[in-house]
Amino acid sequence: MSEKNIKLTLNIWRQESPEAKGHFEKFEKEISPDASILEVLDEINNHLEAEGKEPIAFESDCREGICGTCGFVINGQPHGPLPKTATCQLHMRNFKDGDSLYIEPFRATAFKILKDLIVDRSGFDKIQVAGGFISFNTGSAPDGNAISIAKEIADEALDAAECIGCGACVAACKNSSAMLFVGAKVSQFAILPQGQPERYERVQAMVKVMDENLFGSCTNTYACEAECPKGISVLNIARMNRDYFMAKLKTGTNE
Amino acid sequence: MIKLDSKIPDGKLSEKWTNHKFNMKVINPANKRKFDIIVVGSGLAGASAAATLGELGYKVKIFTFHDSTRRAHSIAAQGGINAAKNYQNDADSVYRLFYDTIKGGDFRGREANTWRLAEVSNNIIDQCVAQGVPFAREYGGTLANRSFGGAQVSRTFYARGETGQQLLLGAYGSMNRQVNLGNVEIIPRREFLDVVKIDGHARGIIVRNLVTGELEKYASQAVVLATGGYVNVYFLSTNAMNSNVTAAWRVHKRGAAFANPCYTQIHPTCLPVHGEDQSKLVLMSESLRNDGRIWVPKKPGDTRGPNEIPEDERDYYLERRYPAFGNLVPRDVASRNAKYVCDEGKGIAGGKAVYLDFSDAFNRIGKDGVKDKYGNLFDMYANITGVNPYNVPMNIYPAPHYSMGGLWVDYELMSTIPGMFVLGEANFSDHGANRLGASALMQGLSDGYFIIPYTMGNYLGTEKPEKVDVETNEFKETQQNVEENINKMLSINGKQTVDSIHKRLGHLLIDKVGMSRDEQGLKEVINKIRDLREEFWTDVKIVGKANDINQTLERAGRVADFLELGELMAKDALNRNESCGAHFREEYQTEDGEALRNDEEYKYVAAWEYKKEGEWELNKEDLEFENVKLATRSYK
Ligand SMILES: Cc1cc2nc3c(=O)[nH]c(=O)nc-3n(C[C@H](O)[C@H](O)[C@H](O)COP(=O)(O)OP(=O)(O)OC[C@H]3O[C@@H](n4cnc5c(N)ncnc54)[C@H](O)[C@@H]3O)c2cc1C
Ligand code: SF4
Ligand code: FES
Repeated sequence: MSEKNIKLTLNIWRQESPEAKGHFEKFEKEISPDASILEVLDEINNHLEAEGKEPIAFESDCREGICGTCGFVINGQPHGPLPKTATCQLHMRNFKDGDSLYIEPFRATAFKILKDLIVDRSGFDKIQVAGGFISFNTGSAPDGNAISIAKEIADEALDAAECIGCGACVAACKNSSAMLFVGAKVSQFAILPQGQPERYERVQAMVKVMDENLFGSCTNTYACEAECPKGISVLNIARMNRDYFMAKLKTGTNE
Repeated sequence: MIKLDSKIPDGKLSEKWTNHKFNMKVINPANKRKFDIIVVGSGLAGASAAATLGELGYKVKIFTFHDSTRRAHSIAAQGGINAAKNYQNDADSVYRLFYDTIKGGDFRGREANTWRLAEVSNNIIDQCVAQGVPFAREYGGTLANRSFGGAQVSRTFYARGETGQQLLLGAYGSMNRQVNLGNVEIIPRREFLDVVKIDGHARGIIVRNLVTGELEKYASQAVVLATGGYVNVYFLSTNAMNSNVTAAWRVHKRGAAFANPCYTQIHPTCLPVHGEDQSKLVLMSESLRNDGRIWVPKKPGDTRGPNEIPEDERDYYLERRYPAFGNLVPRDVASRNAKYVCDEGKGIAGGKAVYLDFSDAFNRIGKDGVKDKYGNLFDMYANITGVNPYNVPMNIYPAPHYSMGGLWVDYELMSTIPGMFVLGEANFSDHGANRLGASALMQGLSDGYFIIPYTMGNYLGTEKPEKVDVETNEFKETQQNVEENINKMLSINGKQTVDSIHKRLGHLLIDKVGMSRDEQGLKEVINKIRDLREEFWTDVKIVGKANDINQTLERAGRVADFLELGELMAKDALNRNESCGAHFREEYQTEDGEALRNDEEYKYVAAWEYKKEGEWELNKEDLEFENVKLATRSYK
C-alpha cells in the first residue's frame, strides 16, 4: 500500500435535471493513493453535505467491477485510463500528484442524463426483454450432465456472458452503437447448444429493439472493445452480424 | 405474543416436502391469471421467484431500487453454488449436504427446511444449465466442481469467480422472457418503504420513486420480499453499497417477527481495512482456501516480509489446530482464529491481517494452473492493493459478510404477517447460526424457483384474497405515515452527515457485536446505540429535496433503520447465553476456545416481536432434532 497523499484537481459534471444545462464544478483534493475514485467522490460529498450543499449524484453498488452500476467518462475515456477496469476499480495510485481529472457521465442519445453523473440505461433492458433468454420453464430441465459441453465452448460462452451491462461501449462509440453489448448476449447463446433452437429468432428480435431505442449503427472503429471493462471481444459483433445475415436467409425476411 | 406455527409437515424427513406438495392447494391455470403478486427485490431470490410465478400464469410486478433488475447484490457472488449431485463420486448425497449444513449451522437451524434445501439443490443446477449458465466444465464436457469450507466432498459448481453474476443473469433472462410474454412487469428505481395491511394480511406496498421522489401505492393479493441481508449495519462489509435492512425492518415494525438478528457472519478471507475513508470491504472468495494456506509469523510483532520468514517460523494455525479440515474449516472458526492470532500480536507486522499463501499451489500446479482457477481473483487483489499476489502472499482479514438472521418464516416461507412471504437472505430460515460457503446462492434459488411457486398457490388457494383498491384508507394512511417520516428527517437540519453516524454505528457493532461478544460489552453498546439514535434524530443533516433524486435521503432512511436493528442485534446476543456458530460469547467457550452451546436452554429460534421503539417481546420456536444427534461441532 502506498504512503504519500497526492493533490488532484477534479472537474466534475453537474446537471440538476435532464432538461437543465450542465457545467463542470471544480474541486481541489488531497487524497490517499489507495482510495478508489468513488471513495474520492464519497469524500467530496461528505464535505458538500456538511456544508449544506447538494452532493454529486452518482451510482455504484458492488464497487468490485461486476454489477455494472458505476461508470464515468474520465478524461475522455469511459471508465478511465486503465484497460479492463470499471470506474469503481480505478484507484488514485494511477494518477500523479498535480493531475487534473475531467469526470462526466456516459453520454449517448440513448442514455438520458437524469442528474449529475446518473444516466438512464433502460434501453439495455428492453433489448434483453426482446430475446436475451432461452425459452424454458422451471422444473423441466434434464440432468445438468445430460448435455455435454466441451471446456473450450463453455469458456468461450462465459467470455461473452461476462458483460456487466455498464454501457461504456455505447459511450465510447461515436455512433452510440450497442453492438458489443448485444453481440455479447447473442454470442453466449449462439455458442452454447442450449441456445440453438432460438438462435436466429433471438438475434433478429434483439437487433430490432436495439434499433428502435436510438442506439446507432456500427462502423467498425472498435472503440467499444478498448473501453470495455470486461474485455468483451469485437468478434462477438462479427458473430452477431453473421447470425443476423443467416437469420434473414433462413426466415426470408429482408428488412 | 405471536403464535409461531412453523407448519413443518409430519412424516419422515425425506418425505416431508413431497407430501406437503401433494397436500397443498393447487390453483388451476386459468385462475392463476386472476392473482396479482408483488415481488420486492430482484436478486437471485426475487428474480427466480418472479420468473417462475410468471411462468405459472400469475400477474407479477417486481420492484427494485436499482436502475435495472440485472444489478442486485447477488451479482457479486464469486465462489459457487452447492448441490448434492455426487458427480465426483466422493460419496456425496442429499443426506450429506443436509448434515453438513445443519452441523455447519451449529445445530441452530430447522431440520425440515435444511433437508428440503439439500433435496432441491440438484434441480437448481439442472435449471441453470438449461438456461444457458456457462458453468465450468471438465475437458470431457462434464460439469466441474470445487471444494468449499465445512465439507469434505467437492460439490460446488462455479463459473470462474463470477458464479453469482451468471446465475443472476440466468434468472434475469427467465424473468425477461415473462416480461416479453406479459406476465411480469418490472418497476425499477423504486424503494420499498412500507407494507399495506388490510384485515391483517399484506395487500400492497408503498414505494418511493427514486427519480421523481413521488410516493406510489401498489396493490396485490400477496407480497414477496426478497430484499437481501443486513450486514451493512456494520458500515464496512463485503455487501454492495446499497444493501440494507429497510424493507425487512419496516415489515418487522408492522408485525413480522425478526429471528436471530445476532447471527451475522464475519467472513475470514477479505481484504484488510486500509483507512478511514474506505467505503467497503472486498471479499476474496473462500474457494481460495482450496489451494491457499493461511499463516502468521510465530513471533509476535514480526516485521520481516513474508518471503523472509522461514518455514519453521510460520504458524499455519488452522492446519495445526484442525488437522482434519485444515484451511477448509467453516467460516466462523476460520474468522475467530484469525482474530485470536492477531489479538496475540501475531498478525502481519503486528496488525490486523494474516497471510493467504499460494506458494505450495504454485509448486504443485504451477502459476498458470493457479491462474486458470483463480485468475480474476488474483487480478482483483492486485488491482485493489497495488501488490502482485503471484509474488507476495495475500493479506487477508475477516469482514462482515452475511446475515443468517432475518424475518421469521414458516416452512412455506410466510412471515408472521399472512400474505407476506420472505425469500433469500432476507429470511432466517436455512442456515442456523452459521452459513457454509456456496449455500446462499443455493438457498436464494431454491426459495425462488422451487418453493414459493408451490406455497404461494397454497396461500392464495386457501385464503382466496379479493383484489383491493389503492384508494382505500389503509393505503392512504400508510402512505401518509411514510411521508411524515421523510419530512421529519428532512426537517432536522442538524450538523452531522448520514455517513458519519453510520460509521460510528459500524464501529460500535463490529467491536461489541462482531466476532466475539460478552455481557458487559453488549449492555454498554445497547446504551450507546440508543444515544447515537437520539443524535441522529436531532442532529443529522440531510440536504436536498423530497421530490428529486436524493441519495442522501435514501441513505438516511436506511441508517435510521440500522440504528434500530443494531440495538436488537445486541439484545439478541445478550439474550443468548451460549456460543453457537457465528455467535461467540466469551463467557461460553470450551477449554480450547471452541464455541460452547447450551442445548438445554437455547435450542430455539429467537423470534422478536416489535412493540415500540427499543422494546421487543421474545417468542421462541423450539428446534426439534429427530434425525441428527446434537453433537459438539468438531473439525479437528
Ligand atoms: C462478495 C460476496 C460474495 C458472495 N459469494 C457467494 C458465493 O460464492 N456463494 C454463495 O452461495 N453465496 C455467496 N454470497 C452470498 C450471496 O451472494 C447472497 O446471500 C445472496 O446473493 C443474496 O441474494 P438475495 O436474492 O437474497 O438478495 P440480494 O441479491 O441482496 O437482492 C436484494 C434485492 O432487493 C432489492 N431491495 C432491497 N431493499 C429494497 C427496498 N427497500 N426497495 C426495493 N428493492 C430493494 C435490491 O435492489 C436487490 O435487487 C456472497 C456475498 C458477497 C457479499
Ligand atoms: S460490452 Fe463491455 S462495455 Fe459494453 S456493456 Fe458489456 S461490459 Fe460494458
Ligand atoms: S459499482 Fe459495480 S461495477 Fe462498479
